[in-house]
Amino acid sequence: MEKIYVDPLDPHYILELDHIWIKFGGLIALKDVTFKVKKGEIFGLIGPNGAGKTTLFNIITGVYRPTSGKVFFDGDDITDLKAYERVWIGISRTFQNIRLFKNLTVLENIMTVFHFKKLQKWGPFFVKFLDIFPYKWWEAGLALPKFFKFEEKLEEYALELLKIVGLEDYWDWKASSLPYGKQRKLEIARALATNPKLLLLDEPAAGMNPQETSELMEFIRKIRDEFNLTIILIEHDMKLVMGVCETIAVLDHGELIALGKPEEIKNNKRVIEAYLGEAI
Amino acid sequence: MDLSFIAQEIINGISLGALYALIAVGYTMVYGVIRLINFAHGDIMMVGCFIAYFLLLKLKLPWPLALILSAILTGFVGVLVDRIAYKPLRDRGAARIINLITAVGVSFFLESLFVVVLGGVPRAFPVPDIFNKEFCIGNVYISMATIATIIIGLICVSILFYIVYKTKIGMAMRAISVDFETTKLMGVNVDRIISFTFFLGSALAAISGFMWAIQFPSIDPYMGIIPGVKAFVAAVFGGIGSVIGAVVGGLIIGILEIFIVGFLPDLAQYRDALIFLILIFTLLVKPTGLFGEKLEEKV
Amino acid sequence: MNWYLRIRKLIQKKFPNNKFLHRYFGLIAFIIVGIISLFIGNHVNEFWQRLIILSAIYVIMAVGYNFSNGVAGQFSLDPNAYAAIGAYVAALLTMSPETKENVFILEPVMKPFDKIQLPFLIATLIGGLAAAFSAFLIGIPSFRVRGDYLAIITFGFGEIINVIANNLVSLTNGALGLKGIPEYTTLAWAIGWAIFSVFFLWHLTNSQVGRILKSIREDEIAAEATGINVFRWKLFAFTLSGFFIGIGGALFAHYLTTISPQVFTFFLTFNLLIIILIGGLGSIVGSAIAAVLFTFAFEILRVFEEGIHIGHINIPPIPGLRMVVFAILLIALMIFRPQGLFGDKEVSIK
Repeated sequence: MEKIYVDPLDPHYILELDHIWIKFGGLIALKDVTFKVKKGEIFGLIGPNGAGKTTLFNIITGVYRPTSGKVFFDGDDITDLKAYERVWIGISRTFQNIRLFKNLTVLENIMTVFHFKKLQKWGPFFVKFLDIFPYKWWEAGLALPKFFKFEEKLEEYALELLKIVGLEDYWDWKASSLPYGKQRKLEIARALATNPKLLLLDEPAAGMNPQETSELMEFIRKIRDEFNLTIILIEHDMKLVMGVCETIAVLDHGELIALGKPEEIKNNKRVIEAYLGEAI
Repeated sequence: MDLSFIAQEIINGISLGALYALIAVGYTMVYGVIRLINFAHGDIMMVGCFIAYFLLLKLKLPWPLALILSAILTGFVGVLVDRIAYKPLRDRGAARIINLITAVGVSFFLESLFVVVLGGVPRAFPVPDIFNKEFCIGNVYISMATIATIIIGLICVSILFYIVYKTKIGMAMRAISVDFETTKLMGVNVDRIISFTFFLGSALAAISGFMWAIQFPSIDPYMGIIPGVKAFVAAVFGGIGSVIGAVVGGLIIGILEIFIVGFLPDLAQYRDALIFLILIFTLLVKPTGLFGEKLEEKV
Repeated sequence: MNWYLRIRKLIQKKFPNNKFLHRYFGLIAFIIVGIISLFIGNHVNEFWQRLIILSAIYVIMAVGYNFSNGVAGQFSLDPNAYAAIGAYVAALLTMSPETKENVFILEPVMKPFDKIQLPFLIATLIGGLAAAFSAFLIGIPSFRVRGDYLAIITFGFGEIINVIANNLVSLTNGALGLKGIPEYTTLAWAIGWAIFSVFFLWHLTNSQVGRILKSIREDEIAAEATGINVFRWKLFAFTLSGFFIGIGGALFAHYLTTISPQVFTFFLTFNLLIIILIGGLGSIVGSAIAAVLFTFAFEILRVFEEGIHIGHINIPPIPGLRMVVFAILLIALMIFRPQGLFGDKEVSIK
C-alpha cells in the first residue's frame, strides 16, 4: 500500500484522517489510520465485524476523541470540536441501530434539526436557514407574531425536505410507527436537514431486501448530486458498496489494510484474507 | 483532646457505621440484581422494627426468636411489595425512572399506612436487658448493643456471601444482574430469584431495624427515612451493587458522621448536608463508587 | 400527533381566514378560564377562595416542574428546594424591617435584608430569579449524570437546601421560620401568574425550543448528532423550571404568611410529582388540570383526616389517610397508566 501524506490545505479533499490511534483501556481499537476523502465522492468503509468501522465514524463525528492523531475537515483541524459543533460545520451522520426521536412525528423529527446558530458562515444553503429561525426562546414563550411567522416557515421547509426523500405522506406519523425502510430514510432526511457537506451513513442497507437496497443505491446517488455532498458509508452488502462507491477503504483489526477503487479492492490479497481467513 | 476520646469516637463511629452497612447491604442487593433503587428500603426497615416491637411486647417472645421471626415476616412483606408494585413494571419493561417513582410511592405508602394504623407518635422499643450492659475499657465504653450489631452484622454478611457466591440461587442472582433477558431464556425462574432477592434484602432490613432500635429505642413510622437515605449514600459511595462496597461505605459514612459531630461541633447541624455532598461528589467524580463496576452506553 | 397541533389544525379548518385565532386560540382559552375562575373566586366564601388560590399556586409549580421533568425528560427530585428559595427570598424582601426585627429573635437578619422592603411583584420576580439561579448552579454538576442517578443527586440537593433552611438562622430564622409575611397573594395575582406560566410554557413546549428539549428526552445521542448542545439545553430547561417553581414558592409564602423548613420538605416534591404524573409527563395543560384536581381532592380529603360528624354518623379522624390514598394512586398510575391521565406517551428515561 502506498504511503499517504496528509496536506490539510489541499482543496480537493474534504476529510483527512492523520495517523489516528484510539485505545479503550488496554485494547487498541484503531491503529494508525490515515486516509483522505475527496470532495463529492462516495466513499465506502468496509471490513469484518469488530474491525473498528463504527469507532472510526465516532471519531469523525466527535463522539470519541482519538488517543492520538488529528482529524481535518475542509482544511480545518477539528480534532477538538465537540460532536454537536461538528454538525454545525457540516458533518452529519446516521446510526447503525436507527436512532430517531421515536415519540415525535416525522415532521417534528425534521423540524427539530433547524436550530443552528452558526449557520451564516457555512455555505449558501444555510443563509436561508438563518432567515427562518431567528426567534429567541422568550419570543416563543410570549407567542409574539414573529414566532408564528417563523414556525410556519419552518414547517414549510421541513415538508419540502420530506418531499425530496418521499416521506411527505407520512408527515404526521409517529416516527416509531413507520416501517423499517422508511425509518432509515427519515434518519437520512434528518441528517440532510442539518445541510451537511459530509454525510456518514452507518450500514444504511442493514435489514433491507435486494429491491430496497437497489432503491437505496439510487437514492444515495441522488442526494449526493442534489445536495452536493460527500458521502462515507459503512456497509456489509458488497453489491451496494461495489456498485455505488468510488473509493473503498478496508479496515481489519483496527488497521487500514487497503484503499482504492472497487476493482482494486476486489482483487486485493489482504482483503480476501481478512474476509475469508488465511487458509485461502 | 485525649486518646480515649478519639478511641471512644471511633467505637461510636463503627457502631453507627455497622448499622448503615447492614442497611446498605440490603439496598445494594436489590440494586445489584434488578437495577432498582429501592427508595422504600428504609421504610421496610421500619416495618421490621414494628413487627419486632409487637413480637417482643405482645407475644413476649425471647429476643433471638423475635429477631429471626421479624426478619422472616419482613422478608415476606418485601416479596409482597415486589409482587404488587415492581413486578408489573418489570413485566412491561418499564423505564428505570418509572421504577424509581414507584419506589418513592411505596415509601410514602408504607409510612402513611403505619401513621393511619398506629399513629405518628413515637413508641419506646422494649430493648431486651442483655443489650443494656456496657463494658468499660479504660475510659472507653462499649455497649452490648454495639457488640451485638457488629457480630450479627458479620454473621449476616457471611451468610449473604455464602448465598451469593456458593449456591445455585446466588449464581442465578448474579446472572440476572448481568443480563436479565438471557438468564430468563436459559430457563431460570427469574421471578422466583428476584422474589428471593427481595426476601433477603428485606430480612436484612428487618435485622438492621432491630439493631437500630436497640441502639436508638424510639420507633415511629418515619424512622426509616434518615437511616435509609444515609445507607443509600453509603451504598453509592461503596459502589452500588457491590456487597463489600456497601459494608465499607457504611462504616466510612458512620465514622465520618460521628467525627463531624465529635471534632467539628460547629458543623454538627450540617452533617446531613455534608453526607449528601459526599453522595453528590461520588456520583460526579466516580459514579461507580469504590468497588462498583463500570457501565457504558454503546453508540 | 400532539394536542396543540390537533387543535390548531381543527381551528384552521373551521376558521380558515381568521389568522389571529389560528395563533392565539390558546391565549384566548386560557384567559377565558382565568376570567371564569376569577369570577367564581369572587363569589364564593373564603374557604373556596383560598382553595382556588392554592390550586393556582400548585398550577404554577407543577407546570414549571413538568417543563424540566416531562418536556426535557430530566427527572429531578428537588422542586421543594426552588420553592423554598423563591419563598424565603421573596418573603424577606416584602416583610417590613420592623416585622423582621421582631421575627428574628435568635439572630438578627443578614445585612442587605434588614433594611429592604420591596413591592410584591418585584419581590416575586427576584424570588423566581434566585430560584432559577440556584437551579442553574445545581444543574451544572448534576447534568453530568443521567436517569435515576440524576434523580438521586437532585434529591440530595433538595435535602441540603432543607438542612440549610433549618440552620442558616440569620437568613431563614431556622426551624422557627418566617412569620408575619404580608398576605399579598390575592386571587388576581395567583390566577394571573398561573395563566402566564401555563401560556408561556405551553407555547415554549410547542416551539422549536420544546422540540429540541423533547428530542433530548427521546435520544440524547441522536440529539447531539443533529447539532444540539445537549448540556446547555438541559441547563436551560432546568433553570427556567426553577424560575417558575420559585415564583410559585414566592406566591405560596405570601399565601401562607408563615413559612418554615417544614413546608418545603420532600413531601412537597411528592405532591408535585403526583400532579405531573397524573397530568402526564410533558403535557403542560395536563399538569395544570391535574394540579387543580389534586388540590381540591387534597383539601376535600382533609375532612376525613379531621373526622366527620353528620347527625348520628361519626367517622373518627384518620390522620395520614390522604397520603395513603395518593401513594396508592401514584403506584397504580405507574402500573396501569404511566403516561398519566392526559398524556399520550410513557417516559422512556433509562
